[in-house]
Amino acid sequence: MSDPEAESKALTGFWIYLMTDCVLFASLFATFAVLRNNTYGGPGGDELFSLPFVLTETLILLTSSFTCGLGMLSARMGSKKQVLFWFALTFLLGVAFLGLELSEFHRLAAEGNNWRRSGFLSAFFTLVSTHGLHITAGLLWMAVMMYKTARRGLTTGNVRKLTMLSLFWHFLDVVWIFIFSIVYLIGAL
Amino acid sequence: MNKKLKIIIFILLALIAVTLAIGYLKHANIPVLEPKGSIGEKEKNLIVFALVLSLVVVLPVYALLFAFAWRYRASNKKAKYSPDLSGNWLVEAVWWLIPSILIAILSVVTWNSSHQLDPYRSLASDKQPMNIQVVALDWKWLFIYPDQHIASVNYLQVPTNTPINFQLTSDSVMNSFWLPQLGGQIYTMPGMSTQLHLIANKAGSYYGSSANISGNGFAGMTFTAKAGSESDFNNWMKSVKHQDQPLTMSSYDQLAKPSQNNPVVVYSSTPPNLYDSIMSKYMGPMTTGHSEHADMQGMGGMQ
Amino acid sequence: MFANLLGRLTWSAIPTDAITLGGVLSMVGASVLIIILLTYFKRWKWLWREWLTSLDPKKIGVMYIVVGLIMLLRGGADALMMRTQQATSVGAHHGILNANHFQQVFSAHGTIMIFFVGMGLMFGLINLVVPLQIGSRDVAFPFLNSMSFWLFAAGMVLVNLSLVIGQFSSAGWLAYPPLSELHFSPGVGVDYWIWSLQIAGIGSLLSGINFIVTIIKMRAPGMSLMKMPMFSWSVLGAMTLVIFAFPILTVTLALLYLDRAMGMHFFTAAGGGNAMMYVNLIWAWGHPEVYILILPAFGVFSEVVPTFSGKKLFGYTSMVWAIWGIVLLSFLVWLHHFFTMGAGADVNAFFGIMTMLIAIPTGVKIFNWLFTMYRGRIRFTTPMLWFMGFVLMFTIGGVAGVLMAVPPADFQLHNSLFLVAHFHTMIVSGVIFGYFAGLTYWFPKIFGFRLNERLGKYAFGCWLSGFFLAFVPLYFLGLMGATRRLDHYASNLGWQPLFIVAGVGVLLIGCGVGFQVLQLTVSIMRRNQNRDLSGDPWNGRTLEWTTVSPPPEYNFAVIPEADERDAFWVMKKPGRHSGTEEHYKAIRMPKNSAAGIVIAGFALLGGFGAVWHIWCLCTVGLLGVICAVIVRTSNEDSEYTIPAAKVAKIEAETKERYV
Repeated sequence: MSDPEAESKALTGFWIYLMTDCVLFASLFATFAVLRNNTYGGPGGDELFSLPFVLTETLILLTSSFTCGLGMLSARMGSKKQVLFWFALTFLLGVAFLGLELSEFHRLAAEGNNWRRSGFLSAFFTLVSTHGLHITAGLLWMAVMMYKTARRGLTTGNVRKLTMLSLFWHFLDVVWIFIFSIVYLIGAL
Repeated sequence: MNKKLKIIIFILLALIAVTLAIGYLKHANIPVLEPKGSIGEKEKNLIVFALVLSLVVVLPVYALLFAFAWRYRASNKKAKYSPDLSGNWLVEAVWWLIPSILIAILSVVTWNSSHQLDPYRSLASDKQPMNIQVVALDWKWLFIYPDQHIASVNYLQVPTNTPINFQLTSDSVMNSFWLPQLGGQIYTMPGMSTQLHLIANKAGSYYGSSANISGNGFAGMTFTAKAGSESDFNNWMKSVKHQDQPLTMSSYDQLAKPSQNNPVVVYSSTPPNLYDSIMSKYMGPMTTGHSEHADMQGMGGMQ
Repeated sequence: MFANLLGRLTWSAIPTDAITLGGVLSMVGASVLIIILLTYFKRWKWLWREWLTSLDPKKIGVMYIVVGLIMLLRGGADALMMRTQQATSVGAHHGILNANHFQQVFSAHGTIMIFFVGMGLMFGLINLVVPLQIGSRDVAFPFLNSMSFWLFAAGMVLVNLSLVIGQFSSAGWLAYPPLSELHFSPGVGVDYWIWSLQIAGIGSLLSGINFIVTIIKMRAPGMSLMKMPMFSWSVLGAMTLVIFAFPILTVTLALLYLDRAMGMHFFTAAGGGNAMMYVNLIWAWGHPEVYILILPAFGVFSEVVPTFSGKKLFGYTSMVWAIWGIVLLSFLVWLHHFFTMGAGADVNAFFGIMTMLIAIPTGVKIFNWLFTMYRGRIRFTTPMLWFMGFVLMFTIGGVAGVLMAVPPADFQLHNSLFLVAHFHTMIVSGVIFGYFAGLTYWFPKIFGFRLNERLGKYAFGCWLSGFFLAFVPLYFLGLMGATRRLDHYASNLGWQPLFIVAGVGVLLIGCGVGFQVLQLTVSIMRRNQNRDLSGDPWNGRTLEWTTVSPPPEYNFAVIPEADERDAFWVMKKPGRHSGTEEHYKAIRMPKNSAAGIVIAGFALLGGFGAVWHIWCLCTVGLLGVICAVIVRTSNEDSEYTIPAAKVAKIEAETKERYV
């Protein structure tokens, strides 16, 4: 199998995978929209969310998308050191984002507003943590890719996988923008 | 055995089978095709109409299948053979078009009948409609007569030629209320209220059941609906009220516990707003502000 | 401590009633027998190397079909039990099963028939045929393909495990809440249902991606999309449905599990859940699923009818448009499964009309097949008979479908046996007959010998007449007010005679299955008389018939070119024969991999842990899957080369043997 052919198949396949992931998130957004007002006597989004906090999360994730893009630029230019640097930065930003998300979950649960409280909170926790799980998977993948790049350099295989990883990371960024606007922004209003 | 004999035997067997089937079905009770109320009647007519319309396509399909199979069998060398014939836009246009026209006709009928026979639509009549509240329980039907303040389990008495306004919910899982001789079904769901409008135009005793699986006792969740004159209804109501068996909140809780193959029970009185309080059990600590979920019609946008 | 470690699992999970035990013993017995035979004949290594770890889609396809056929027997046994129960459980008699057991049986029947029979046979045929038909050596992602199969197999194991340890869901094949919520179904049954479908469903999703890329990227030179064989077109349509529908299933199952295991409130009655949302979600997947199964079967007919009529497919372009019309419409009709929910006249009417619209492209396809027969030279082989049986029964089911698409008519037909009869006439005639036709048609290509025609015709006769007897009575029972899923009914309703007739019908179908088993056995025993020495036993039209039967692992020594529709038919025309001068090149093929089976094994462990709340097992399963994926994707040495000389040698040997 020649390399450009493999490259094109892999990328096509990955784009289709991202599309299926889109459908997955769309379904979760739909359930959230249906259950948005089913607070069952519990608090709604306006009482629970702190916009500045979420804005911080958003900025961190957006920045990580930017550094990820720089990482890909360096990969195209063939600079292994820069690739490692930018992806390490992306990784740290991703971890920071995840930490903030977990701390928000912890705060909510500590206030007695966990996922058992109401249909609305079930939908909220599920939607946001599905994104979080994707971020976790992305971080894991990133760690593996950094290890591989460090060991074997920027082989065609590695660059192809890095390309897919960056696609994935930008995709998660876009999903987060939707979460930010639909869950937090509209919820807090 | 030669081939002809085989075919004759086959045809004979088929004829016997068909005769037997027709003989059986003639005597069988087929509620959907023998409705006793105007809603059921209209629904039956709709079934028959759609069936006839479909036959316009189906009969040619059958005819062509057998005709082509016979005529173009490989052993028939007389038939014309055109291996490269791959289409003809005119012929194809015919079978894109004719089904489209049929479906267009059926669509108009569907649109109109969906509105006309909307289960939420109240029936026009000079008589005062009768209100009945239906609660699906594990595994029996509770019928509340809110205006008469009586209730019954697995038994429904209604006057003929009087519109019946059913209001339905469930205090368990989802069930489907079906009284085929009067008309089609509707789901009953906890915390939600659906409506169904039916009418009985002929007196009789009709079979009703739950059409949606609801657990172990599901098969025994049947009821009898008796349609009689107004005086029949009044007599029944009086006899119920004479019995000293009130339905209280606590006896309701007892009743709501799972039980199978429940006998018919009648209650001489009911707690006020029983139906609403059953509904509100699922609405959360603060029921106000959540009423939009009480009504399935309001959820149309979501689907 | 120990009890905690095992979650909900205790000794009481082992079944004790006679019927279940019978099932368990026959299942365990058969497995033990297979193990003994493998050991005795020293076939373990062979099995592992040639089959279990193979990435060859032809072998994966065969494994799919083997699983699908075995599951057909299991689902058929369930059907037999249901028919026995309903024929005998009247009035004072209570049949052979209690209510809960009966409900488990029909839930298992539906689940198994759709997910493990329908999907199994479908992916089997796709694997066998698509790469060959588009002139490709492999699928786009061979390893992913193997993983998909093993996830499917893991789901199958989990479903059947529920027979041995614990019980299966009794909430119906789609497990509507609130009935399927923890409060009303506290056992492990629903969890078995969730996890077997979840694991198998992820496999299907990955297969969907795989075959789309295969068809888009790996067609033979010259084969533009509009020259592609119709089976591949229909697979492309079906796989498009897979990638849009299956993520919805994944989400729906996950949410139901979160409700059950984590106390969430997505679909609960109280707590702010919305059970109707589940019904919407599950049918947003469920309706496309029906077309996922049926489109490839339509594709089979589009190959079978032209081949055995010796004629081009009539209206190729129409057929393509019809497929995509069906694909699009199938996402706009899901609400017709619950017109009785009371969503309002506008909504109901809209979905009713959308549903009827599907009848148009479907009707067009049937007319096109019929006109393919017109002016043909029709050979009535078994695949062609299956097609004719399909037209007979499918139109009946289609009419019933149109009736139910009119919402007020549906109020009287929904959830009755009329509905059951409708979808069986659609799915059995459309899907099962279609796949039987396809299996008979492509069998000689894969195995190198034909199936016995005479026994195949007997099987067809039993199936068709049995099917007619089994389901026509159900239409009438529905009109008589008989609802589906009744484990018992009153004797004064007059339903019993029809139920008995339906039972006889199922017995006849059983005879049909018996003939099929016999057909397979006899054909294998007499394979030397039935050899397909030409590679083209039916006078075929498409590229899969250009290579020898069975094809070498690389399918084609030289990739064929396809400049026209029915490429092989055109090649065979006099004067069109190309020169036989072959210049072989080295061929790269994927190496075997055990990673698929390992990943699926861990997924099975994790799924089993999730069913029983054995959380440490879940963790092991999850970590196992992650590690295996990392190890596999780090493997850069996953292919090997067959040198040109060896290709030439293989080709010369086959030619010597076969021509």
